[in-house]
Amino acid sequence: MEWNTLLGSILTLSGSIFLFLGALGVFRMPDLYNRMQAGTKATTLGTMLTLLGIGICHTEWLGQIIILIMFIALTNPISSHALARAAHFKGIPLTAKSVTDKLKEEESKEEVR
Amino acid sequence: MDKTIRILFSTAVLTLFFFIWTGTKEPGNLIIFASFALIVSIIYRNYLRSPIIHPKKLAYSLYYILFLFVEIIKANIDVALRVIKPVIPINPGIVKVKTKLKSPMGRLLLTNSITLTPGTLTVDIDGDTLYIHWIDVKDKEESGATERIVSNFEKYLEVIFG
Repeated sequence: MEWNTLLGSILTLSGSIFLFLGALGVFRMPDLYNRMQAGTKATTLGTMLTLLGIGICHTEWLGQIIILIMFIALTNPISSHALARAAHFKGIPLTAKSVTDKLKEEESKEEVR
Repeated sequence: MDKTIRILFSTAVLTLFFFIWTGTKEPGNLIIFASFALIVSIIYRNYLRSPIIHPKKLAYSLYYILFLFVEIIKANIDVALRVIKPVIPINPGIVKVKTKLKSPMGRLLLTNSITLTPGTLTVDIDGDTLYIHWIDVKDKEESGATERIVSNFEKYLEVIFG
């Protein structure tokens, strides 16, 4: 077995483990915001490692893979931010375990004014 | 003059992306794409930014990318370990932090880095105030939360966009 196939397979395997744990997090977390923490972002490393593993197995694709990783790193936070913001303004509550909600305090202050 | 440099730089970057993406070796393809890249750059000339050529800023940018990658790995492992515990050990909440960065690009990168690191998620931004959903609230107060979440990234971004 060639070394790059081995290294690529190990990277892809560890990436898929992170993707699996992200999916498990979506299932187990108590509310929308915590689910997003697991679902949209525990997967960033998973996707990056999986792609990088493929790129190392097939070195002729490495350039494209690096561009894909860049685009994921740029667009993933924007979409999760948009989802979380929309959810909060729609009034989806945080779980009862939550310690503090400064944004809600700020909004209620503005309503009083 | 400054605008011409920006347009040429943007054209070069777009052509480089095209070259890497397609892996083409035909000079004809590259010339056609370079002319389209030039047209696109001229259309968006008012939104382009000058490239960073200051050596110290460049070094900090490279170091920042490495630092961000290490942070992402650490935080991913942290969240993954939380997920597999029998009772999920979370302590969530939305905290308020302040940033010292002034430039919009710096703030964009700061909020994106915070969101990209699992465990913290930027919910809203209002001027220099960020509202962050934190999976494990260690400090409810503004100053403590700022110290723990923002200041790591801010150190480098302040130099790059300062």
